[in-house]
Amino acid sequence: MERELEFERPVVEIERAIEKLKNSAAESKGDFSAQIAELEKKCEERKREIYDGLSPWQTVQVARHPKRPVLYDYITLMFKDFVELRGDRCYGDDRALIGGFATLDAQKAMLVGHSKGKNVEENVRRNFGMAKPEGYRKALRLMRLAEKFNVPILAFIDTAGAYPGLDAEQRGQAEAIARNLTEMAKIEVPIVAVVTGEGGSGGALGIGVADSVLMLSNAVYSVISPEGCASILWRDASFSARAAESLKITAKSLLSLGVIDEIIKEPVGGAHSNHKATASAIKSAVLKHLKKLIPLSPQKLVQRRFEKFSGMGKFTKG
Amino acid sequence: MGWFTKKSKEPAGKKLQQDEIWIRCQSCSAHVFKQDFLNNISVCPKCGWHGKLTAYERIGITLDSGTFKEMFETIRPCDPLRFVDGKGPYGEKAEQARTKTKLNESVVTGTGKINGLEVAVSVMDFRFLGGSLGSGTGEKILQAANYACDHRIPYIIFSASGGARMHEGILSLMQMAKTCAGVARLDDRRIPFISVLTDPTTGGVSASYAMVGDVNIAEPGALIGFAGRRVIEQTIKQKLPEDFQTAEFVLEHGFLDAIVHRREMKGTLHRILSYYNR
Ligand SMILES: [Zn+2]
Repeated sequence: MERELEFERPVVEIERAIEKLKNSAAESKGDFSAQIAELEKKCEERKREIYDGLSPWQTVQVARHPKRPVLYDYITLMFKDFVELRGDRCYGDDRALIGGFATLDAQKAMLVGHSKGKNVEENVRRNFGMAKPEGYRKALRLMRLAEKFNVPILAFIDTAGAYPGLDAEQRGQAEAIARNLTEMAKIEVPIVAVVTGEGGSGGALGIGVADSVLMLSNAVYSVISPEGCASILWRDASFSARAAESLKITAKSLLSLGVIDEIIKEPVGGAHSNHKATASAIKSAVLKHLKKLIPLSPQKLVQRRFEKFSGMGKFTKG
Repeated sequence: MGWFTKKSKEPAGKKLQQDEIWIRCQSCSAHVFKQDFLNNISVCPKCGWHGKLTAYERIGITLDSGTFKEMFETIRPCDPLRFVDGKGPYGEKAEQARTKTKLNESVVTGTGKINGLEVAVSVMDFRFLGGSLGSGTGEKILQAANYACDHRIPYIIFSASGGARMHEGILSLMQMAKTCAGVARLDDRRIPFISVLTDPTTGGVSASYAMVGDVNIAEPGALIGFAGRRVIEQTIKQKLPEDFQTAEFVLEHGFLDAIVHRREMKGTLHRILSYYNR
C-alpha cells in the first residue's frame, strides 16, 4: 500500500472508491460513468480544500512526501541533454549534490542540486540528499565552470540539511558552505535557485545565494528543522508543529519577508500528485527569470546580488 | 550547547557570594581567585584555559588605548517574526539581554589601531543571546565590512557565537549570505580580512564569515565546528574523539592558520598586517 499523509486520507478514500467503480465497469458490471464523474469532482474539491488550508507543519509533511519529485525527476521532465560532471577535485564525488550542463528549451545552463533518492537503497547511496563538503566544493567548481562557459546557473534545493557527521567536520563542512556563500556573491553569470522540497538551513543556502530565489508552494525553507527547534527551544520534539508555525517557513511567509522572489504554484494535491505539471510550472518560472537576468552585465548582476542580500533582515536602528 | 541550554546547577545566595571571589576553571577544575583570573585576561593561571571575554574586554586588549571609535551602535533586535517559544516572547528576551549586557546587539563594531595600524573590527559578545547571529548582528558586520572597503583598511572579526539566532527564523539564516557578501567584496578589492575564532564559533557563524578569513586564527581550546556534537553522535551512532571540534582538531585538518595565545594575539595580528603592502 502506498504511504499517505494523514490529512490526505479523505482524498485517498475517494480515489479508492473511484478505482473500485472503474474496476467494476471494466468487468462490465454496468455503467458507472456518472458516479465516477461525480466522485472525481468531489475528489478535486476535497483536494483543493485540504491543500488550500495546509498548516505549516502539514506543509513540512508535503515537502518531505516520499512521492514528491526529486532532482532526477526534474532532470528527466524539464531538461534535455544533461551532461553530468562529477567530483570536487579534492577528495571525492558526492552523490547527494550533483550537477552538470543541461538545456532548458533552447537555454543552455549549468544545473546543480541536492539529489534525494526515490527508495531506501537509492537514499542510502545519496545520503538522503544531505551533502558533505565535497558536494559543496563540487557545486562551486561547476559554478565557476558556468562562469567560464558563460551559461547561467540553476540551483535546485532539496535537502534536510548539510550532513552532520564526523567525516564532514574533518573535511570542513563549515568552510565549504562559507566558501560557497562568499564565492557565489561574486559569480558573474545569472543564478536562479528553486527550493523544490526541503530548504534545510546552511545546507540549502550553500547553493542558494541567487539572483532569483523561487520556491514551490508547498516547499519549506528554514534556519533549523521544526523538530530541532522544538527540542532546543521547547525541550520537547512534540512541539514541532508549534515550531513550524513560529519559524515562518512556508513560501508565503518567505515571500512576505523578502527572502524569496516568487512562489511557483504546485498542482492541486501537491507536487507529488502530478510531477509533470510541477516540472512544467518550474520550467516556465525559471525561463521567465532567466530572460530578465541574462541581459544584465556581469557587474550589474554582482552589484544587484550584493544589494539584494545586503537588504536581508529586519532590525531597529536609533 | 548554546546560551539557551545553560542552566545554573547551584542555588543562588551564599554560593553566589563565593563566586564573586573564586572561579572554578572549566578545564582543570582548579579554584583560582577571580581577580587573579581577570588580571590574567581571563586565562586560567594554572592550565592556560581561555575563558570568554566581553566585547569591550577584547577591544581593550587588542586595540591601542583610546583609539576605538564605535560605529553602528544603535542597531538592535526587533523581533521580526513575533517569535514566542516555551519561555516567552523573543522580544522580551532580547530586551533582557540588552539590560544585562548593556549592549544593543551580539556584536560591537568600529575602528581603531593595532600598534598604529588602522583597522575595522567586529567583536562578538557571547553574553548577548549566546552571540547568536541575528539581523542586527549581520547588519553591523556588513556595515563594518563596507566601511573597511570604502576606507581601504583591513577588517578583523572576532567570533564568539553558537550560530544562527533561530528566533529570527530564515532572516537569521540570510545573515550568513549577507555577511559573506560583505567579506567577498573586501576580497575583490584585495583588502585583508582576518578571522579570529574564539570559544565557541559554531553553526551558522562558522559556516559563514568566520571560516573565510584570508587568515584564520583561533584561541587555544576554542570549540569550532559546524554541527553540534550531540546531533552528530545521534547521526553516526558512535563516540566522537576527545579533541573533536577543538581549535587543535580544526588546525590539524587544515582550516586554521594558527592557534595563538590570547596574550600574543595583538602582536600576531600586527605582524601579519604589517606585511600588507598595498
Ligand atoms: Zn585551569
